[in-house]
Amino acid sequence: MMDVDVNEAGLPRVVVSDPAAGFTPLSNSPPQGGRGPVGGLGEGGSETADLDGALSPLEGESGSGGEPPREGALGAVLDDDATLPTYSFAYLDEQTKRMIRRAILKGIAIPGYQVPFASREMPMPYGWGTGGVQVTAAVIGPDDVLKVIDQGADDTTNAVAIRGFFQKTAGVATTTRTGEATVIQTRHRIPERTLEAHQILVYQVPIPEPLRYLEPRETETRKLHGLEEYGLMHVKLYEDIARHGHIATTFAYPVKVEGRYIMDPSPTPKFDNPKMHRSKALQLFGAGREKRIYAVPPHTDVVSLDFEDHPFRIQSFSQPCALCAAEGVYLDEVILDDRGGRMFVCSDTDHCEERRAAGHRGALSGEAL
Amino acid sequence: MAAVTAEALEGGFARPVFQTQAVFRVLMAALAEPARPLPLPVEAAPPAPLPPGLGAVALTLLDPDTPVWLDPALAASQPVRAWLAFHTGAPVAAEPMDAAFALVVDPLRLPPLAAFAQGTAEYPDRSTTLVIAVDRFDTDPSAPLLTGPGFEAPRRFRALPERAGFQDQWAANRALFPRGVDVVFVAGGLVAGLPRSTRLAPTE
Repeated sequence: MMDVDVNEAGLPRVVVSDPAAGFTPLSNSPPQGGRGPVGGLGEGGSETADLDGALSPLEGESGSGGEPPREGALGAVLDDDATLPTYSFAYLDEQTKRMIRRAILKGIAIPGYQVPFASREMPMPYGWGTGGVQVTAAVIGPDDVLKVIDQGADDTTNAVAIRGFFQKTAGVATTTRTGEATVIQTRHRIPERTLEAHQILVYQVPIPEPLRYLEPRETETRKLHGLEEYGLMHVKLYEDIARHGHIATTFAYPVKVEGRYIMDPSPTPKFDNPKMHRSKALQLFGAGREKRIYAVPPHTDVVSLDFEDHPFRIQSFSQPCALCAAEGVYLDEVILDDRGGRMFVCSDTDHCEERRAAGHRGALSGEAL
Repeated sequence: MAAVTAEALEGGFARPVFQTQAVFRVLMAALAEPARPLPLPVEAAPPAPLPPGLGAVALTLLDPDTPVWLDPALAASQPVRAWLAFHTGAPVAAEPMDAAFALVVDPLRLPPLAAFAQGTAEYPDRSTTLVIAVDRFDTDPSAPLLTGPGFEAPRRFRALPERAGFQDQWAANRALFPRGVDVVFVAGGLVAGLPRSTRLAPTE
């Protein structure tokens, strides 16, 4: 039986008569026996368990009172990780993780080549990062620190949901700070801070095939990649020039990896393409609906396609970030009112926050910030 | 079919979820930064002549979907076959060409790399990954200079003695790129990757 109550803060609180029936967020912190009323232990006749934790899984706290999570047959062979889920750690079963891991190793061995894999149904719709989530689930371990960004922001729906997903299913630590993360899952931005050798960047990819809009048949695009026949892509960029006077592709700008495969860098703004080139961090790409995994190892050449007389150029901005005054970063436009007022702020929220913490002030930051 | 012995049942990972993840991360790093020996968490205890390092890699990557080719020294060992069958369920491939993985403990009698699955032009991932036990890694100035994706600067690396003739075979393997085989070398508690993308650095 479940009732919804309202506590002092005005937030609903779920009261469950049987703790086992409630959802217990998994955690890598030790069970906290003293927290909340203990369910079913006959203390003052209270039959309730405080499951506040179930309503705030992002805190990663164990909220089931005195019941140590996941004490079972497997718990007997676990010691220090006794509170970690084992079967379906990070949601996926072991067989699936092995299959994805093998695909990742092939992808690393053949940089830029799209390895088919048996993508699974995930508890989120296609287009919400099922490929990236599967790659992250296959690589992540209990010691990792996960950061998830959605268009550069740590605080948007997709980022918050995926971070919460891995807190629940793997009990991993999460962060919004780029420098602290070991695994960063991203939807379409590369952090402004230069990534380090111990970091892994996981991209959520919608359409992995850069030639798809030019040639819809997978059998044909496979052949084109096999034969390294990429004239079609140059024709597309040339048509941009013929029509607009310049290469008008601004995102998902095609790159050539290590002089061989043409690769879709996922719909990142082309501003981020140079960051992929000889990056110290391993870059993994997962496309769930299209069932493809690919990779760029560290220190690998990633060159944006262009022409001698129309060289590749990244976007530039005429003004600095309105909050932190950063220049040379990718900016988002924010509409301020219905009279044309707008501001440009860092797309990478962590970068902006760190700069403001360091005392940088933009035109619209105000003193209170 | 020989009776299953206790030896076949023991020596697996006690905490497979976390141990396979740890081994995988080292393998991933080894292939992402080739020819750099990395410490391998070796906590498997397979029956001889399968070295613990190869056992740990097998437990991490093999399953019923991956036909495995065993070199003659391993194939002759019933305990090894039984251990692999119990812990991984991987079918044994009769021919190197049919194998997703190959476990090799006698590298001097390794079949030519060209005998293993090379993948196709359209699906170069359909190739064999060789896991080879060696005595040690040489990174001294006499070792060949290697480069490619994953190298910030060329590195010297040799896993097999010159007489194995591996260097010429590797050049031929690289010439097939993106087809070709990948190799994982295991020397005791160290592992080093040699993906097909790694090539001999031009000597000046």
